[in-house]
Amino acid sequence: MTTHRVRRSYRIAVAAAATMLLVAACGGDDDLPETDFPAPTPETDEPASAAPATTTTEPSIEGTTVTLITHDSFNLSDGTLEEFTAQTGVTVELLEVGDAGTLVAEAILTKDAPLGDVLFGIDNTFLQRGLDAGIFERYESPALADVPEDLQIDRRHRVTPVDYGDVCVNYWKDAVPWEPVTLDELTFPEFADQLVVQHPETSSPGLAFLLATIAAFGDGWEQFWTDLRANGVTVTAGWEDAYYGEFVAGGGDRSMVVSYASSPPAEVIFADPPTDVAPTGVITESCYRQIEFAGILTGTDNEAGARALIDFMLSETWQNDVPLNMFVYPVIESATLPPEFVEHTAVPPHPLMLDPAEVEANRDAWTERWVEIVLR
Amino acid sequence: MTPQVSDNRVPRRRSAVPAIGWMAAAAAPLVFMALFFVYPVLTVVADGLGGLVEVLGRSAIRGVLWFTLWQAAASTALTLAVGIPAAAMLARLKPRTRRIVRAVITVPFVLPTVVVAGAFNATFDRFGLDSGALSLHHTVWAILAAHVFFNYAVVVRTVGSWWAGLDGRNADAAAVLGATPARAFAHVTWPLLRPAVAAAAAVTFLFSFTSFGVILILGGPARATVETEIYRYAITRLDFATASALALCQLVAVAALVVLAGVAERRRAVARRAPGRTAPRRRRGVIVPNAVVAVLLLGVPIGSLVERAFATGDGYGLANFAALGERVQMLPATALAALWHSLGFAALAMAIATVVGVLASIVVVGGRTRAAMAERGSAWLRRVLDAGMTLPLGVSAVTVGLGMLLALDTPPFDFRTVWWIIPVAHALVGMPFVVRTLVPTLRSIDDRLREAAAVLGSSPLRTRREVDVPIASRAVAVGAAFAFAVSLGEFGATAFLPRRPDTLTAPLALFRLLGTPGETLQGQAMALAVVLMAATALSVLVIEGLRRTDESLF
Repeated sequence: MTTHRVRRSYRIAVAAAATMLLVAACGGDDDLPETDFPAPTPETDEPASAAPATTTTEPSIEGTTVTLITHDSFNLSDGTLEEFTAQTGVTVELLEVGDAGTLVAEAILTKDAPLGDVLFGIDNTFLQRGLDAGIFERYESPALADVPEDLQIDRRHRVTPVDYGDVCVNYWKDAVPWEPVTLDELTFPEFADQLVVQHPETSSPGLAFLLATIAAFGDGWEQFWTDLRANGVTVTAGWEDAYYGEFVAGGGDRSMVVSYASSPPAEVIFADPPTDVAPTGVITESCYRQIEFAGILTGTDNEAGARALIDFMLSETWQNDVPLNMFVYPVIESATLPPEFVEHTAVPPHPLMLDPAEVEANRDAWTERWVEIVLR
Repeated sequence: MTPQVSDNRVPRRRSAVPAIGWMAAAAAPLVFMALFFVYPVLTVVADGLGGLVEVLGRSAIRGVLWFTLWQAAASTALTLAVGIPAAAMLARLKPRTRRIVRAVITVPFVLPTVVVAGAFNATFDRFGLDSGALSLHHTVWAILAAHVFFNYAVVVRTVGSWWAGLDGRNADAAAVLGATPARAFAHVTWPLLRPAVAAAAAVTFLFSFTSFGVILILGGPARATVETEIYRYAITRLDFATASALALCQLVAVAALVVLAGVAERRRAVARRAPGRTAPRRRRGVIVPNAVVAVLLLGVPIGSLVERAFATGDGYGLANFAALGERVQMLPATALAALWHSLGFAALAMAIATVVGVLASIVVVGGRTRAAMAERGSAWLRRVLDAGMTLPLGVSAVTVGLGMLLALDTPPFDFRTVWWIIPVAHALVGMPFVVRTLVPTLRSIDDRLREAAAVLGSSPLRTRREVDVPIASRAVAVGAAFAFAVSLGEFGATAFLPRRPDTLTAPLALFRLLGTPGETLQGQAMALAVVLMAATALSVLVIEGLRRTDESLF
């Protein structure tokens, strides 16, 4: 199996700049969207369940197991989860369910008898679906003190932000006639049969890219995808089949793929033989911001262990480990970014983002329309 | 095999005790079917009715319906084109060779759909057809090829057995009178074959129309049929209204097809062959090219699958098989555990399908052979059962799965997450095979045998033991083995039920492995597919060993 799983975006900025980046993403200092979701209820600002800092050392959870359900692209260094076990006595059982969309759907379908205790990998594009279905228990981790407010989209703390990044179109430098810089170029005849995207219903980068085109083109997004189809775009169910199946990087024959702004550094870091230059580039104009969350599943029978795991996700051990494993930015301000991660990453100057409420209100209609345009 | 007409038989007196036993025998399958089949399917129908018109109005849905129809038609045409010449070959083989060939070509038919998809993936991988100009990856060609692979046996067996039973002297007479072989075929053989061809075509069309795993895996996101759309709307979009409306369309379409197939079947029964037949003459010119086609069509995918399963990075070995015992992160349990689950579920599904199927068959047959002596009140029961037991044949596994997902989630019928719902679902899919093999056998028992026994003083119970049981037991065994094989490979219904560590089945594990790139995982997928294939192939060989006649199962 391919040993590395490249994901997610990257910026030169360090985590402390996260707030500013989000502001930039939305096009202005003053209208930072209250990424807070709609329908605030009286309980909105109530503190969530008390979370004594001693949770992680609660003796009663020692020897228990927490099942963490997540998506296919989940990856950590060997020893990271073991350190959690060493600290708390809780063993983590991993269950990868599918792509991010499949993960959320599966969690909703199994709500009455959850497949696990903690879910990691629901992002801002799918978040509201999970929240509406009531699959998460509220929990406000004390470690959130070190996380910028703007990343804490759910003010009721049903989910906890764990990392963030940008979804962008990547290209293989040696396989393209020129290095594209705009979305429009994807519809040029020179790039015919070159792009592979993911199905927005099953894959979170796929959905993020669809949203990017809607953010970029407004009502013109349907025409853009009609043109993309005419230009031979192909669709996979998930990111792995796209990047490692269809894209040149995995031996496929397509030179452009929807992936992450941080995929190029991954190509460098895992290059064999070693190289200093990334073989891939990023169309920074195509980038869409993604924040990834974790939440405790309702019906868990190990809530204390689940809380301890959420706390651990915001610890430096976990946060420092994610950049080179899942190629995303840590959310805590005290995290340190590896120099090679900083060095090789393209920086989208204006990552695209839509108001989450608008996404939630339209997602099903948009994806259905997208299926009609691109697949039928 | 003609059903015995027994309406004019003298009524016999029956005691009250057998009548109660009779009702009990009928009640068990009725309750089982009502709870796990009728109620879920009716839920789907009720949920689907509301949105049906709106859903059918969507152009994307109409596109899906159209693709479903034409891929099924194309699959049928291609299968007939390859299968009819092969049927000619089968008819020309010596009976013993015919038996062996028939058993071998039947293996693909019962292979789990996910295994077949894996075999085609392996073939594309092995011959470089998964990328580049000649890529078959995620194309309609991949789907059609897999459907031909699957249904080849349907055509070859149905038509071939029929052909072998035709009186060869008719064609010989035409030849003597100066007809060319082509003309003799067109004017003599073909008209006689037509009912069998029609029956085979109907079955092939039905299987291609309701194909699920093959299309999901080989077709990719862009090739959607009604079945895969039901799955997408229900499981991915959680839009159960649209999924139910689509399932309702499917139900209606399949019911229409089953009726058509039934008509073809009846015509075949009317055109039954004459005794004193002479099989068509053996000709090398017919046998050799067809043998080559069969070996290529069936051998290459299976051979590629086996080759990939044993291939390691630097040669061949058992590494992929050894890896089945190690859990990979995308599966809630090891592939090996999934295999054990599947074997356990298959045994259980077989037991359920056999018990319910046998009881149902007895009641159904009773309706025919003892119509006169039966109480008027229970006649409707038989008719209901007769129709009810064959219904699951006309309802796709996907609809059964969707129905269970929608209907069995509220108390007192909150069974969606209990482990035994999986063997129950499998039993529903496998039971028609039990009924379909058993009912014709029971009907073929000459009532005079029973009467002779009665005249000689045997009690009704003893008559049953001495006459019915020995004759029927072989059919029961065949049906049971089929139910076992069906459960082992069941994917459509299981895909709708939650996959938990303790209920992960081998086909579901295989589906997940096949969908994830990476050499190690693909190697494991191939190894798992080979083990599943071996297990189902074994059941088929058992079935073929048990079967005595040339009768077609389809």
